[in-house]
Amino acid sequence: MAIEGVDLIHAASYIGAGIAMGLGAIGPGVGEGMVGAKACEAIGRNPSEAALLTRTMLVGQAVSESTGIYSLVVALLLLFVV
Amino acid sequence: MEMDIQILVKLAAYIGGGMAIGFGAIGAALGEGYAASQADMAISENPEKSSDIVRNMLIGQAVAESAAIFALVVAILLLFIAPQDPTIVTAAALLAAGVSMGLGALGSGLGSGFPAGETCTAMVKVQDPKVLSRMTTVMLISQAVCQTPAILAMVIALMLMFVGFGGPDPVKAVALLSAGLCMGFGAIGSGAGSGLPGGAACQGIGRQPEAQGLLTTNMLIGAAVCQTPAIFAMVIALILMFVNLGDVPFNPYWAAFMGAGLSTGLAAIGSGYGGGMAAGASCEGIARNPKTVGVVTTTMLVGQAVAQSPVIFGLLISFILLFKGYGEAFALAPGMALLAAGICMGFGAIGPGIGSGIAATSAVSWVARNEENAGLLMRMMLVAQAVTQSTAIYSMVIALVLLFVI
Repeated sequence: MAIEGVDLIHAASYIGAGIAMGLGAIGPGVGEGMVGAKACEAIGRNPSEAALLTRTMLVGQAVSESTGIYSLVVALLLLFVV
Repeated sequence: MEMDIQILVKLAAYIGGGMAIGFGAIGAALGEGYAASQADMAISENPEKSSDIVRNMLIGQAVAESAAIFALVVAILLLFIAPQDPTIVTAAALLAAGVSMGLGALGSGLGSGFPAGETCTAMVKVQDPKVLSRMTTVMLISQAVCQTPAILAMVIALMLMFVGFGGPDPVKAVALLSAGLCMGFGAIGSGAGSGLPGGAACQGIGRQPEAQGLLTTNMLIGAAVCQTPAIFAMVIALILMFVNLGDVPFNPYWAAFMGAGLSTGLAAIGSGYGGGMAAGASCEGIARNPKTVGVVTTTMLVGQAVAQSPVIFGLLISFILLFKGYGEAFALAPGMALLAAGICMGFGAIGPGIGSGIAATSAVSWVARNEENAGLLMRMMLVAQAVTQSTAIYSMVIALVLLFVI
């Protein structure tokens, strides 16, 4: 099997995309779980504010999602642009 | 460099043996250390109970040791094994056996330390000797359940060592190595996670001895669901070991098999531990308020089910990798795309699995305190878990793009 320049670049960009998305997904997953846990706790303490708490939780989670989306973007760039 | 195949097999067996006991010793040592630290804290609180606490600590540590003992047995076997027909496949099988047993013992050793430690803590306030002995019994049951993933890993390791896998086929060698990695990684989360309900149940019995039956049942249900990811990993490991796809080209099948093992194996870590967190909170909640057992168990099961979804994504990608079918490739890139798909899905599922577990933990424990809002809490938990899954879904999308678009 001869490995040539272009082939090597493709191989590296595929594995790079896999690692970028794979490792990048760990942090947001755990972080959003923590937000969710605290939101459930807050609803348990004060159920009458459920709507406000849900909204705050979703905003917080959306922000912690951002690094996951960066990973997705970088992975897609590696796959289709580079 | 020309190397004698006999030497290669010996080399693989020795490295495998080292990995088996090297990794295998980590979990048990940490678990036993946790048990001892909790016992010390407990004795300092109530020195009069020291004989009960020390006895319980030693029993608990002895069981937590068992995962490391499995690893020791496999390591010693690997040092003295003399295979009938040394080939590259035998070498890979022996290395994989060590990896499977070593990584597989990590979680169970750590997990079975939790019940031992929590039981010691809870013994401080218990006077009735009947309750004390019941706590030790429940601790032993839960530790036994914790050992399941280590036992699955040992079964795979022994099969790898003593089953013949045919002639010197390099694709088979990679498949066996991947099977070892899959089972080894896959056992970590389930082993560590299934200790959490055990610990919470033992502590709960100390607080509410009359809820003993409810707590033991709930602990067993929760810990059983925790084992699912380890069982998925075993299924993929067995497929990698025994399914014969015929005469397939080395490239890109090596990457497909390695990716299949890593996808389910790594994904199982998050789901296993996440499911355990939910189960632990459920046992704690039932001890706090035994009347809420029905709704708490339901919330726990829903939470655990959602926490399993990342490992199911991992399983899906593994199956696609295994059975999609590929033509022979003459370049590096097609294989790398398959390996990358497995790595992407495997790592990407760890965080969402643990995160869904964290979200479920809090929801379950507040359902026990605030039963009338159970519906609201369940809804909130599901929304939070759904958002948590998003990065696992991104990983799956990238994995599918790598598989089908590239």
